[in-house]
Amino acid sequence: MKTIPLPIPTAKSKKHSWQAIIGLLFALLVIGASLYAFLYLKHDHTLTDLRGRLQGASALHPFGTDHLGRDVMTRLLLGGGQTLGYSLLALGAALLIGIPFGLIAGYKRGWVDKLFMRIADAFLAFPDTIVAIVLSGLLGAGIGNLVLAIVIVKWVSYARLVRSTVLSESQKDYIRIARTNGLSDGRIMRKHLLPHIAGHVLVLASLDLGKIILLISSLSYIGLGAQPPTPEWGAMLNDSRPYFQSRPELMIYPGLAIVSVVLLANMLGDYLRDRFDVKKEVQP
Amino acid sequence: MFRILLRKFLEVFIFLLFIMFVSFLFIRLAPGDPVLTILNVDELSVSQEQVEAVREEMGFNDSLPVQFGNWLLDFVRLDFGVSYSTGQPVMQTLMRALPATAELTIGALLVMLVIAIPLGSLSALHRGSWIDRGSRMLSIVGAAVPSFWLGLILIDMFGVRFGNLPTMGRDGFTSLILPSLTLGLAISSVYVRLLRSSLLDSLSQEFVRSARARGVSEGRIFMLHAFRHSLPPVITVFGVSLGSLIGGVVVIEVLFAYPGIGKLVVDAIRQRDYPLIQGYILIMAVVVFLVNTAVDLSYRYLNPEMKLKEKEAHR
Repeated sequence: MKTIPLPIPTAKSKKHSWQAIIGLLFALLVIGASLYAFLYLKHDHTLTDLRGRLQGASALHPFGTDHLGRDVMTRLLLGGGQTLGYSLLALGAALLIGIPFGLIAGYKRGWVDKLFMRIADAFLAFPDTIVAIVLSGLLGAGIGNLVLAIVIVKWVSYARLVRSTVLSESQKDYIRIARTNGLSDGRIMRKHLLPHIAGHVLVLASLDLGKIILLISSLSYIGLGAQPPTPEWGAMLNDSRPYFQSRPELMIYPGLAIVSVVLLANMLGDYLRDRFDVKKEVQP
Repeated sequence: MFRILLRKFLEVFIFLLFIMFVSFLFIRLAPGDPVLTILNVDELSVSQEQVEAVREEMGFNDSLPVQFGNWLLDFVRLDFGVSYSTGQPVMQTLMRALPATAELTIGALLVMLVIAIPLGSLSALHRGSWIDRGSRMLSIVGAAVPSFWLGLILIDMFGVRFGNLPTMGRDGFTSLILPSLTLGLAISSVYVRLLRSSLLDSLSQEFVRSARARGVSEGRIFMLHAFRHSLPPVITVFGVSLGSLIGGVVVIEVLFAYPGIGKLVVDAIRQRDYPLIQGYILIMAVVVFLVNTAVDLSYRYLNPEMKLKEKEAHR
């Protein structure tokens, strides 16, 4: 009997492990901080106190207060949950629509596939950032509509990726054997094809996460996303813009928060790309 | 070549028709009466007769199929009617704002080129040196900085604290500096890395070695052979990321209160001014089509192999 050697972890995956550890620690920090803010809040994020407005750092308000006397640290921490939460929501919904669609279109072919390719071509003909802006505009400004617009734009790219992977996978022997053994289509798709596409999808999703976070905070800044009382980072920057000259911290903190979270998401994406060794296919 | 162009045009056109149809539906089904939006009656009271008159004038009293037919006719004639908020014809309003946006975009692209070409070339020529590692760090961080935040910092530095560059509106050349700088810096990080990897790729090609063997000087090899050969991938990405550039223009225009079409469309979105949004979509579709066509044509100019391949395909 022949033995098949197990794949041994190569030096390549080790080289990037420190990056992954830093990324993971940071992710835990952000999630932990948001959870902490959510579960145990010293201050109400909407509680205004006009006598204590625009204060500097103090024991009570470690990051100071904004122009309405609201505690900046509380709002920053809650904003992390907002920004990440909405981005993950949009990403998750796009995946939930895109993966089954791509699986069925790639595996079953037929009219589903034809229909899908028409839709995908149409979407590709137009840059998705503009479609997201215009769709959220047509639906009306607001964070819910912005998330919906991002889902409508993004699911196509996941479905396309899954479809092309499934197309090449279906030609391989193990799928043919599974089919001859009489496995149902649903079982083949779930148990055999899905694990193979998971890596590619994960890489594309993590590379997209940073972009979605940037899109949501940018559109919130120009007033098309989260609306003012919400402690979203972009909206917070818009809110306190008139006070930057006297209190530059109000500009620095939310901006640094966005930069570090996006940096983290991009690092995670790069790491996963090296890990799963997908290079060209998932270049957006 | 002509067939490819025709196909591209059809794809853009179909999508345009689709999104126009969606926006038609939104206008008719959206919460809030468009007539009330036109008359702007949030605070003032308007008589029922006035509402009825406008409704008749805009054709909202016709049946839905008739409305759709009329709308289709207007679409073919490129007539998008008048803006709800200003009462001006939509196309005129947009066309008047277009030059401002073009200036800003060109300025940003110039800034991007001034940064990306030297930094990308130096990183490729001195691979692994401090300049390569430095530009790598910069582009990793640069990809994570939101453009509007960068703009806020630049405004604070050069508009308020250490200088007095104009930070609002459009009044002469100086008011173009900060917006172009912001947008140019924001998009340059991608292109620095791209140019570097593309240059490294073409420097290792056979034609570079053969040029060296023929005794061509290094400077000549770089400028005439390697650099030219490494442009197509960069241009491809430019075409693909055109959307994020246009999106970036929108954000920057709002940030600097710059009177281009990006600011116009955001104001239109806030006021639910649907005809103006439709007009914006049409103009963007034309821009996207033109840029994609230019990208396709540039391949033929930059890469002589393409022409050869096409000739062979015809045989």
